[in-house]
Amino acid sequence: MRYVDEFRVPAAARELLREIDSLDERGTFMEVCGTHTMAISRAGLRPLLEPRIDLISGPGCPVCVTADTDIDRAIAVAKEPDVILTTFGDMMKVPGTEDSLASASARGARVRVVYSPLESLAIAGEEPGARVVFLGVGFETTAPAVAATMLEARRQAIGNFHVLSFHKLVPPALRALVALEDFEVDGFILPGHVSVIIGSDAYAFLPDEFSMPCVVTGFEVTDILQAILRLLKMRRSGAALEVEYSRAVKPAGNPKALEVMRRVFEPCDAQWRGLFTIPGSGLAIRPEFAAMDAGTWEVELPEPSGSAGCRCGEILCGRIKPMDCPFFGGRCTPDAPVGPCMVSSEGTCASYYLYSESEGPDDRGEGADLG
Amino acid sequence: MIEGRALTLAEVVTMAHGGGGTRMQDLLREMIFPALGGQTLEAAEDAALLEVPPGKLAFTTDSFVVKPLFFSGGDIGKLAVCGTVNDLAMVGARPLYLTLGLILEEGLPLDDLERVLASVAAAAEDASVRVVAGDIKVVEKGKADGLYVNTAGVGVVDPGTQVSITGALPGDSLIINGYVGDHGIAVLKDRGDFSFEFQLDSDCAPLAGLVSEMLIAGRVRALRDPTRGGLAAALKEMASSSHVSFVLDEPAIPVREEVRAVCEVLGLDPLYVANEGKLLAAVAPEDAPAVLEAMRSHPLGKDASVIGAAAAGKVGRVSLTGEMGSSRLLRMPSGEQLPRIC
Amino acid sequence: MCLAIPAKVIELEEPGLAVIEIGGVRKPVSLMLVDGVAVGDYVLVHAGFAIEKVDEDEANKTMDLLQELARLEQEAGFDEIR
Repeated sequence: MRYVDEFRVPAAARELLREIDSLDERGTFMEVCGTHTMAISRAGLRPLLEPRIDLISGPGCPVCVTADTDIDRAIAVAKEPDVILTTFGDMMKVPGTEDSLASASARGARVRVVYSPLESLAIAGEEPGARVVFLGVGFETTAPAVAATMLEARRQAIGNFHVLSFHKLVPPALRALVALEDFEVDGFILPGHVSVIIGSDAYAFLPDEFSMPCVVTGFEVTDILQAILRLLKMRRSGAALEVEYSRAVKPAGNPKALEVMRRVFEPCDAQWRGLFTIPGSGLAIRPEFAAMDAGTWEVELPEPSGSAGCRCGEILCGRIKPMDCPFFGGRCTPDAPVGPCMVSSEGTCASYYLYSESEGPDDRGEGADLG
Repeated sequence: MIEGRALTLAEVVTMAHGGGGTRMQDLLREMIFPALGGQTLEAAEDAALLEVPPGKLAFTTDSFVVKPLFFSGGDIGKLAVCGTVNDLAMVGARPLYLTLGLILEEGLPLDDLERVLASVAAAAEDASVRVVAGDIKVVEKGKADGLYVNTAGVGVVDPGTQVSITGALPGDSLIINGYVGDHGIAVLKDRGDFSFEFQLDSDCAPLAGLVSEMLIAGRVRALRDPTRGGLAAALKEMASSSHVSFVLDEPAIPVREEVRAVCEVLGLDPLYVANEGKLLAAVAPEDAPAVLEAMRSHPLGKDASVIGAAAAGKVGRVSLTGEMGSSRLLRMPSGEQLPRIC
Repeated sequence: MCLAIPAKVIELEEPGLAVIEIGGVRKPVSLMLVDGVAVGDYVLVHAGFAIEKVDEDEANKTMDLLQELARLEQEAGFDEIR
């Protein structure tokens, strides 16, 4: 596969690891994109970089940081008799207060997994008797696609297509994190595809206002290692914003996509699961598109349970490790997760869980894959 | 069309076809018996009386609910025969007899049923098995997705053959007979949900012949066919059941470019995608070269590869070593793999 | 949230729609979010949309860098043998 395979060069990765090692620097770096978390886990990078370099997963999985009350709303909408709820596959198993979309579907709610919001629009066209609702989740990578679909729905006068928007924005979340008192992270591995849309300039505040080093990074192992090398060098040369993923990211991003996104959505305050409400970090559907906004519907919601005791927020900010959370491995497991760190299959807690249950006294000799 | 046939192919299945009366007899006589043939079936006893050669009896059951019914490289009929035959082959049995239970949805075109039966017949012949008993039920429109199939299969394990999912030993070579993920991705393509266009057939095939070549060539200690849950599930199951750990060489696992591409787009992992013509074998390391050669000489094993080895260590632990030398742990799939954006 | 894959544009259909190809697999994608896409261009595909064109010059620079790193790794290997 062109422009994929050429970036998978094991020898280059080994050389980058060697260069990282020879710098003899320490650092704790946070990645804020679920796909980066996944890539790092899959490549087994953490054990190769420890103990000098610590990679922390930040609140970067938009699926996992969707508030349980938002999931409850999606489920309530799905249960409406004439509704077909369409969603990205990622959302199916995420637990709300009582239920998940998967279990609601098992109980008769009409829920369909789609790869693109355009498929949802097509379903609306095919099912004129149904109200088809698309569950909008994702950061700035995805919001323009949803916005474009809504514009298309308007253009084609498809009146039974609706959207529930739980989209979130990355820069406000970064700002909220960096401003935390005890936020002790030495640099950010910034999300490559969000940046394709918003542009690298959107992160200038990180070095400028907070002296925080950051690198806009691609998703191959070589991209991530290059970013780490650059972040380590910044420990000596000073905080800066660099773009490693130059083959896709421009300083101003994709103005057309941004314009489409802004035509349909406006910023609002949003609740991040396991964290707190971050001002201006969500996307709400503009009043002009209210007819398509399923968020305005009256639906019955369960009493929020308040997962009091969940310490995902502190894990996501890099303050504690999974084992420090009293729920870890007991009340909160991959099969019955409480917060986003366990909801995501590659989340910090889910990863620790997997590695801890697979370690045994005889495993010491296996070298690199010690978790 | 045969003169005087009570059925015409323009007809569809109706509740009457399942009623036990003349319409059902028409279905049996004009469609089912001609397709599947055989004295045993046509004797239409309540139960088949069979000769069983000496050895241990292997007995399995399976149900098939695939959608769509017809896909590139096969259909539910072929799947039913191959799936059942393969279950028997995985314990080293020579498959002999199958039953075929059909649950038909009212409104299923008889044309479709005839195609499925022809596939069953062809697959049974290919696998050298006979369908000796069956049953038909008809359910109302809206149930059964057109057609559900249930089978049972009987085979015999020659004395001296010892293949078991518990049989892998530390040091054994792990071998796969070809490309993984073909079936799941072919079916995904044919469901048409994501508008993909490419060439790919399901790998649906009966493996008993390949298995007997392998057993002659060397000590095959454990076998598993990676169906739902993909190769990952088969690896985890075998490692657990055999009380060993596995270390896999990820780049050595054969995956077709098209399967890789679709998985990249949808965020799927080929190791968790279903197969219907694959087997995972744990082979005594000294015999691995001979077994591999025997496999590569067989049409269903020409892309056979050694993909790893069993080791002592934490029971059930399966790790995959990537190109860089670093490794990741494989987890047991917990249900259907869904496309993702994250 | 970030799964996007580079793919080659092989056909332009009605305004706003293209057919891409990757690894022998073809798929229609929307061009509503990118302008100036021509057949032969590579685009990043996310959720059924092209979200940007791949900058082939920059891609080549990065690929060259990786090849250079790979060469260095080989040399280091030889150094160890010596």
